[in-house]
Amino acid sequence: MSARTQVYGMIAEFESPGALLSAAEKMRDAGYTTFDCHSPFPIHGMDTAMGLKRSIVGYVAGICGLAGGSFGLALQWWTSVVDYPLVISGKPFFSYQAFVPVTFALTVLCAAIGVVIAMLVTNGLPRLFHGWFYSSRFTRFSNDGFFVSVEVGDKRYDPVKTKAFLESIGGTHVEVVQGE
Amino acid sequence: MKFDPATYKITDGGKFGRIMLVTGLIGLALAAVGFAVDREHFFFAYLTAFTFWVTIALGALFFVMLQHLTSSTWSVVIRRIVESLTAPLPWLFLLFIPLLFGLHQLYEWSHADVVAADAVLKAKSGFLNPTFFTIRAVVYFAVWCGLAHFLYHASVAQDSGHREEHRKRMRTLSAPGMIIFVITTTFAGWDWLMSLDPHWYSTIFGVYFFSGGLWAILATIVIVVALLQRRGVLTKEITVEHYHDLGKLLFGFTIFWTYIGFSQYFLQWYANIPEETKWYLNRWVGSWKAVSMVILWGHFVLPFGILIFRGVKRSPRLLMIMAVYCVVMHWVDHYWMAFPTLNKDGVHFSWIEIAATVGIGGIFVWAFWTKFISRAVIPVADPHLNESINFRNM
Repeated sequence: MSARTQVYGMIAEFESPGALLSAAEKMRDAGYTTFDCHSPFPIHGMDTAMGLKRSIVGYVAGICGLAGGSFGLALQWWTSVVDYPLVISGKPFFSYQAFVPVTFALTVLCAAIGVVIAMLVTNGLPRLFHGWFYSSRFTRFSNDGFFVSVEVGDKRYDPVKTKAFLESIGGTHVEVVQGE
Repeated sequence: MKFDPATYKITDGGKFGRIMLVTGLIGLALAAVGFAVDREHFFFAYLTAFTFWVTIALGALFFVMLQHLTSSTWSVVIRRIVESLTAPLPWLFLLFIPLLFGLHQLYEWSHADVVAADAVLKAKSGFLNPTFFTIRAVVYFAVWCGLAHFLYHASVAQDSGHREEHRKRMRTLSAPGMIIFVITTTFAGWDWLMSLDPHWYSTIFGVYFFSGGLWAILATIVIVVALLQRRGVLTKEITVEHYHDLGKLLFGFTIFWTYIGFSQYFLQWYANIPEETKWYLNRWVGSWKAVSMVILWGHFVLPFGILIFRGVKRSPRLLMIMAVYCVVMHWVDHYWMAFPTLNKDGVHFSWIEIAATVGIGGIFVWAFWTKFISRAVIPVADPHLNESINFRNM
């Protein structure tokens, strides 16, 4: 190994989804914050077990939708009342009924785009590399493995204490992940 | 009322059913007084009350078939409640009969002399005539009662031990049932409400009629569940997660109803053809304009703005308040569809509307309740019951 070897954190393997769920609860209660759970499939109740807060994505959708809708309505008002007033089939310039479809469409469009961006920002994707990939055991997370990972940046991370703690809550093959 | 949590049966329904039956009969008796006082007003009031209740029962029928077709598991715990809410359909058929005596008061097309002098009505008379109208109504109710009956009995047959054929029967019945349901409901909407203004037409009216009913049944389910839980029934089985899902559906169908209602309005407003805009013009005169605004703001904007919040959907108390509000709005919607034909100059609200609505409603609730307490309150042998009880939103 070269001198630039870097420690990414620690991973521990668990037997079953149930064991992973209770491990997540214990990690949360022990005060770890920068840890993650890995399983081949979603596990009900994991969010609460890990102590994750509600995602802000919903509120982003609301704000982006309102902004998009207001923009759509303002755009149509400005084009058909201020900039280029045109009488269409004898209806008023500001025929709000006719503006509904575009307003609606821009609401949905902006909300959707906002949600996708917010989702990528909050979950940190796309990400082409992560230190856990140095662990050969870890590749099983997408097949039959259940893992808890603690990042080295966690306030409570300690090479000795964290290893002992992971083992005390039922983790096996606790491994310090390092690589270039 | 006594509830046995071991067998999931309400062993003693108490006085509730009888109270509802008596309330219904008193309401109908008062409505009959209304008939003597103001015959025309009575029939419009009765029609409003009738379509209001019948759309709720139809919403229940649709909901049951939908759950079978999608093999939903979350809704298994509330399935028996919704199945029982289709029980009033045969009674509603009986309550439909008085309308046949009011055809002349309600429908312009029932007058032979008017039709003879009107080219449009003459052209429509092959469809809009009293005989065919009656036959169609009988067919609708035969279809609805039949579907409700078979679905209910397939479901209770499952209670004594699940076999795969039970589920298969309910699903195979629901698929063609859904198609027949859509056709009959569309025609019923045209017959009972759209033909009040026989020159006017809207191809989407049937969907509008149906969407309001579906919206109202979701609210009704919330109310029934919340009231049952207050009496200690199904307190552990129906959780906040089920309220959340019902709330989501109620929110979603608020938008669906609006989408349909706006589509109907928008095309007619844009095209600006007199025979089409007339219907909306009638609802823009005098105090009807205020009712139209109540529909827009109260049937869409307010429930949309409130039900969008997760906290409301996950609070049985708040959701119950919203549900009651939604049912009231559903009534206003039907009032708004029926009455402008009679009171062209503005709203003339009278006690007869209340009497008729309470009258039919009493019978409705009584029919639901007697059916509901006759069996276990959840499908006890359904293989998905456990999954449904432990269901959680992601």
